Amino acid sequence: MRQIIIGLGSCGIAAGGLKAKETLQTLADGANLGLTVGETGCMGMCYAEPMVEVRDEDGQRTIYGGVDETKARAIFESHVMGGTPLADAVILDSAGTGSEENFLDRQVRIVLERCGEINPESIDDAIGMDAYRGLEKALKEMTPQAVIDEVTASGIKGRGGAGFPTGLKWKFAAGNDADQKYIICNADEGDPGAFMDRSILEGDPHSVIEGLAIGGYAMGATKGYIYVRAEYPIAIRRLKIAIQQAEERGFLGENILGSGVEFRLIIKEGAGAFVCGEETALIESIQGNRGMPRIRPPFPAERGLFDKPSNINNVETLANIGWIIRKGAAAFAAYGTETSNGTKVFALAGKVKRGGLVEIPIGMTVNQVVDHIGGGTLSGKPAKAVQMGGPSGGCIPADKMDTVIDYAELAATGAIMGSGGMIVMDEDNCMVDIARYFLQFTQSESCGKCTFCKIGTKRMLEILERITRGEGVEGDVEKLTSLSHQIKKNALCGLGQTAPNPVLTTIQYFGDEYTAHIRDKKCPTCQCKALIQFVIVPDKCIGCTICAKKCPVDAIRGKVKERHVIEQDKCTKCGICKAVCKFDAVVVE
Amino acid sequence: MCNNCAEHSKYWNAFEDVMGDYTGDSSQLIPILQKLQEAYGYLPQDVIARLSQRTGIFVSQIMGVVTFYSQFRLEPIGKHIVKICFGTACHVIGAENIADAICRELGIELGGTTEDNLFTVESVACIGCCSLAPVIMIDEETHGRLTPDTARGAIRDFRAREGAAV
Repeated sequence: MRQIIIGLGSCGIAAGGLKAKETLQTLADGANLGLTVGETGCMGMCYAEPMVEVRDEDGQRTIYGGVDETKARAIFESHVMGGTPLADAVILDSAGTGSEENFLDRQVRIVLERCGEINPESIDDAIGMDAYRGLEKALKEMTPQAVIDEVTASGIKGRGGAGFPTGLKWKFAAGNDADQKYIICNADEGDPGAFMDRSILEGDPHSVIEGLAIGGYAMGATKGYIYVRAEYPIAIRRLKIAIQQAEERGFLGENILGSGVEFRLIIKEGAGAFVCGEETALIESIQGNRGMPRIRPPFPAERGLFDKPSNINNVETLANIGWIIRKGAAAFAAYGTETSNGTKVFALAGKVKRGGLVEIPIGMTVNQVVDHIGGGTLSGKPAKAVQMGGPSGGCIPADKMDTVIDYAELAATGAIMGSGGMIVMDEDNCMVDIARYFLQFTQSESCGKCTFCKIGTKRMLEILERITRGEGVEGDVEKLTSLSHQIKKNALCGLGQTAPNPVLTTIQYFGDEYTAHIRDKKCPTCQCKALIQFVIVPDKCIGCTICAKKCPVDAIRGKVKERHVIEQDKCTKCGICKAVCKFDAVVVE
Repeated sequence: MCNNCAEHSKYWNAFEDVMGDYTGDSSQLIPILQKLQEAYGYLPQDVIARLSQRTGIFVSQIMGVVTFYSQFRLEPIGKHIVKICFGTACHVIGAENIADAICRELGIELGGTTEDNLFTVESVACIGCCSLAPVIMIDEETHGRLTPDTARGAIRDFRAREGAAV
């Protein structure tokens, strides 16, 4: 029997996946053939949502993109009932062909192995694709030390951004004796523009649970916490379902798979504070306090949650563990570069044609990801820069986009591997504005504990705001650089220490844009509102009046079939007139 | 608080329902505040005072936690929440213009509530639908790939539907 599967990750739902599901469900019910309409998590191709997959009896799979109600009906008619795939609408099929074949052909799926393949609310689906096999192997065939050795040998580093070797972290926690130890999953994904962790939790929550259980066994922790953002309701719901199913099947509980090993999991919902992604702040938050980082040492491995030895790993790191134990460290280390092994998941977004969730072997170049997988920029204009690592990362300029994606190589550009945000920018983006944007974010999220972060970022933001308003003065760039270095050196936690990165990298690679703002009072990309004005080109305006009708502040004068004029003192520079003009008569100068 | 007995007891019953889960462990503070906010829509001062009496946690300490996390509100909100995403992807594609258009349409500032209590507009760091940028959410409804003009249209449509439903 043919199966119909709808992608219902957050992106799919936002794009209208539920409507597609409803339509197909009604049609399937009406056909009365016992057709099943199922759902799965993120398939990765967020740009093509809502997506629908049809699985034929022979296992042949066909994926359709941009499925609205009309397309859903056409697919049902032609493919589900008639057996003929709706050729025009196919974006990918089992043979790896279709309009979007380039999106997947260079990807390697370890973390996302089951994402978009299984129904995330069905443990049987997950087990059918080898979930918990790693846990079983660890418990039955390996000592805790052997598990740590295997993870160490795989060479995996923390995928949350800092890149600390996971095996070493586990070894520290295992080495401290205590009556109670904890393993914590950091799912407080806060970087704006990043959704890797959310997609993993929504698409395959069992991979994270398995990683935690293996970690618990390896370091002797009987209790685990998953600290997840409250802003991710679907992820929380699916995690709860998955934990309950895992308990019922004996993968969690007081005697896992009859091995005598105990491991239980608790979900803690975050309450909205970026700094809680920092591990000691996260611990404070679980304990019910303001999420302010602790001074280290002592490190969490020694004294962490409730003053007990604790180990904190990121979602993606943990989602790798089951695979590593199941397939072995060598299989994992076969991917990557000399110094960084495995794969990395990125949330590719911004001005790119094919934005979505991608998992690549470490060692590809930034260019390959943007051009081959992402299909280049949305406008077809050359990419100007790629921002990696969010507010803690930096901008990689076009001429450095052949940089290999690897912890050390990226760090050499001033950016970082980061947690996986990859935002493409084209020549219309102002780099001073980007620096201001990130600093505004970190500044408002600064917890206020240490002076360098609290006051330093505030002073930097004030300078950047002045520059984008056209009030910059000579010496501002030097002042920004000096403040940056002091904050990097002296801030208490990672949030503060990395906050200046977006500013430093834009100064390094796009210094001329700072000069244009400060010296010439001009924004070369026409983005900074204080430095631009919208005007109507007389020759092009035919007096259609649409701009005047759409202007929210009545700033446009002109009669029908006569040239229109924008009154600058009323104009709020919202850009609606430019967007609605069919004759390109509105320009920014 | 009003003196109407039925209203009064209903008001505090919600508090008791939430506190039923409290075991005396101070690490439960954040989940309790989350549930109280879910019950009341925000965290009223008298509820915070009673929470302090019940748990022995100082009001100052509770307020420290409440004001630290962006999820908690100390003011009531409108019937519908418009969330404007200010994630990086939305920012580079023009979130600011979307916010301007919506705020102007509703005649309020970011973070404000309309006079008829119908809409509260707030900015959020990232909704996570980056490939649909720029994005807003009106309650649970996501609107993506917006322009200032279509954003304004989405609000007008919602209001019209709301008007039709009344």
